[in-house]
Amino acid sequence: MLGPHPETWLKVTPAGLWCEPANLYIDPLRAVPRAVITHGHADHARPGHDQVLATAETLAIMRQRLGAAAFGAQQALAPGKPLQLGDVMIRLVPAGHVLGSAQVVLEWRGARVVISGDYKRQPDPTCAGFEPVPCDVFVTEATFALPVFRHPPPEAEIAKLLKSLTLFPERTHVIGCYALGKTQRLLALLRAAGYEKPVHLHGALMPLTALYETLGVALGPVAPALVADRAALRGAIVLAPPSAIADRWARRLADPVVALASGWMGVRQRAKSRGVELPLVISDHADWEALNRTIDEVAAPEVWVTHGREDALVHALAQRGIRGRALYLVGRGEEEENETAADGVAGAASGGGEDPCP
Amino acid sequence: MSITAFAGLLERLVFTPARQSKLALLADWFASQADPDRGIGLAALTGTLDFLAAKPSLIRDLVAARTDPVLWALSYDYVGDLAETVALIWPERSGPHLPPPSLQEIVAQLEETPKAGLPELIGAWLDALDPSGRLALIKLITGGLRVGVSGRLARVALAAWSGQPVEAIEEVWHGVAPPYTALFDWLEGRTPRPDPALAPIFRPLMLAHPLEPVDFGNLDPAAWRAEWKWDGIRVQLTAGPGGRRIWSRSGEDISVTFPEIIEAMDFHGVLDGELLIIRDGAVAPFAELQQRLNRKRVSAAMLAGYPAGVRLYDLLFDGAEDCRPLTFDARRARLEGFLARAQPARMDLSAAVAFSGLDELARLREGARAAAIEGLMLKRADSPYVAGRVKGLWWKWKRAPQTIDVVLLYAQRGHGKRSSFYSDYTFGLWRPNGEGGEELVPVGKAYSGYTDAELAWLDRWIRGNTVARFGPVREVEKALVLEVAFDAAQRSNRHKSGVALRFPRIARLRPDKPAAEADRLETLLRWIT
Repeated sequence: MLGPHPETWLKVTPAGLWCEPANLYIDPLRAVPRAVITHGHADHARPGHDQVLATAETLAIMRQRLGAAAFGAQQALAPGKPLQLGDVMIRLVPAGHVLGSAQVVLEWRGARVVISGDYKRQPDPTCAGFEPVPCDVFVTEATFALPVFRHPPPEAEIAKLLKSLTLFPERTHVIGCYALGKTQRLLALLRAAGYEKPVHLHGALMPLTALYETLGVALGPVAPALVADRAALRGAIVLAPPSAIADRWARRLADPVVALASGWMGVRQRAKSRGVELPLVISDHADWEALNRTIDEVAAPEVWVTHGREDALVHALAQRGIRGRALYLVGRGEEEENETAADGVAGAASGGGEDPCP
Repeated sequence: MSITAFAGLLERLVFTPARQSKLALLADWFASQADPDRGIGLAALTGTLDFLAAKPSLIRDLVAARTDPVLWALSYDYVGDLAETVALIWPERSGPHLPPPSLQEIVAQLEETPKAGLPELIGAWLDALDPSGRLALIKLITGGLRVGVSGRLARVALAAWSGQPVEAIEEVWHGVAPPYTALFDWLEGRTPRPDPALAPIFRPLMLAHPLEPVDFGNLDPAAWRAEWKWDGIRVQLTAGPGGRRIWSRSGEDISVTFPEIIEAMDFHGVLDGELLIIRDGAVAPFAELQQRLNRKRVSAAMLAGYPAGVRLYDLLFDGAEDCRPLTFDARRARLEGFLARAQPARMDLSAAVAFSGLDELARLREGARAAAIEGLMLKRADSPYVAGRVKGLWWKWKRAPQTIDVVLLYAQRGHGKRSSFYSDYTFGLWRPNGEGGEELVPVGKAYSGYTDAELAWLDRWIRGNTVARFGPVREVEKALVLEVAFDAAQRSNRHKSGVALRFPRIARLRPDKPAAEADRLETLLRWIT
């Protein structure tokens, strides 16, 4: 690193991470003049900014979830293409989290910082895969930064689901999953496993699934799960927001097997406390092994941790001589609380109180 | 077959609340697995697998040698369960691994391996497995699967899967041993039913139906016999040259819990009766018997403070002679003779209750207010001893429940089909708060008695009147009165109110009644028996 230390120009402010020489906020918590958005989840993409920079897919997702009027100017930046903001060079690089998700690469006076946003390393047919970029400072998430989190291959989890359908052919299998990303990934995984029947979707999951199709991600036949005749859903797969699976909405289903697709499902108590009968450990976040491998691949001498289990990760980094720093960014990991089951409108407030479930 | 398949079964069972679904999962296990692994799995589930278990400290040492202590501490703190933390954190080793072991290999090698070799053996197995397999292995070898499968449930599953009646399976269950190859040979039609010979086995109990008013009217007093219905636990005592056993109502072996009874079973026969705490001839309330239940080891103080006895009411075998085809009257005579001859300590005869007509019977039942009496048992004089609940032979006629008007305090979501409903209710009664006012004190919890429509109404009311949430629990406005029925009120030091209710259930919703007019704690305390 030749130039000034990134600490002097990339700062934590109440609105979030701020690149001073470009006057640019990364995933800000409140409305700002200029923001770059890593991906469309509600805890990263908030409304009200005057100028928004993101991938075309992320912008399309934001328009759908928040409405076109929720921001001022929108600028799409293709992954890999550099853009000059003052004397800061910015680049977006695929993060493998959900469709459109990107890491933000900032270069100023010879120093390079990569802000990962949320990411995963498992292959995902619904979005471009994560590309490691060598850097001086790597800003990483740490949602699953404990060595107990090791996400199994998602194909094995889908196989559990399909086996359960043969064991309980009369029961509706309802799977709690995020509207953005997880839903579409589950659909793609089911198709890859040879499941060809229509998958029934809760109303809150329909718009983004349709948007994925519009953006060129083929997901196979889907049908609304709002049928009055519960017999029609016997033996069917129904996807629904996590908040809906154990609530009144699920009562319309035929003796449901309640499943939840989430990285947290690897821990039994988390699954039990949610009343889940079939936990599916399918996550769009990097697990412990992937976090550490990624940090080694980007070869950064310094790593900043935005949110999650920073204590464990910073400790593990110190063992390898990497300087770790916890940023304690607030407002992250609250995606689910911003999804509502009752009225089928994604992004509206819910009566939540449930824990977040990436 | 490897432990991987067993791990998959355990994982499904632990998250599956519904009995029917558990039965389906077990049936799939019996159908899809080969001998001897399926029988070893069955034994592990029902707690009949007997081998020298590894200590949790062995597992802890193994993982400590492989993980960073800070990361281990953070992880254990997060997960909360030792076996699960080890299963999840265990570092994957690169290079070639052994194939995952079968249950048979695990049992055999644990038996053969000297103690000093156990860490290496178990470490190599853990290397060979995925997290779910590791968890299954650790739970298996340290004991305590805890997946909600009782021996009874397993036998019902065997019956449903094989088509044999569950009573027929019960009769041989305790005469066969893991890996149950003989049992499976019979259930799959290859051999006749195994003969338990002299082994002490459980015979399915004869059960009673609740007496409905319509049945009562049709009773011919001369054809029926009455006894008190004792409030203890039903047991079957089996003793003879093959050994002595105490079986619970569902066929679990509870011999170790009541060593003084085992010692007193100096006879050859099979007897049916009620296990009670009896002091100087007086039966103590059920709450005292509860102190003795589910203990693997019984202290001398327990034996002295809570002396157990058995009140006998039937005889299934006299020596080796099967008396079950005899009439009730004939068996009763045999039982009386048997007791007169054997005179076993700690046992007496459940007295016959004499009555001349139905009116007198009804009066006797209403008068039954002693702590250890729940009501009356009516047995047809000519009934043989048959397994299960055959209608019209035995009736149980509990005394009318007492009721009290309580105020709903908290509600919790149920399980399984009720997981979206607030179906478990904590309720309270009024008492002085020590400052001149009144306060509500919790006295119990009810999760039955209501109709589906009442449940839906309660669920709506609770959602609309929540004042605070604690995880799955909601605190509600102190505004809804419920009429709760219960069988008895007993003194309890474990409850803040000082009183415990037997079998409380919702009798009626009283939205019409103001909460201030609900009952007071002192009213309930007066009913303590």
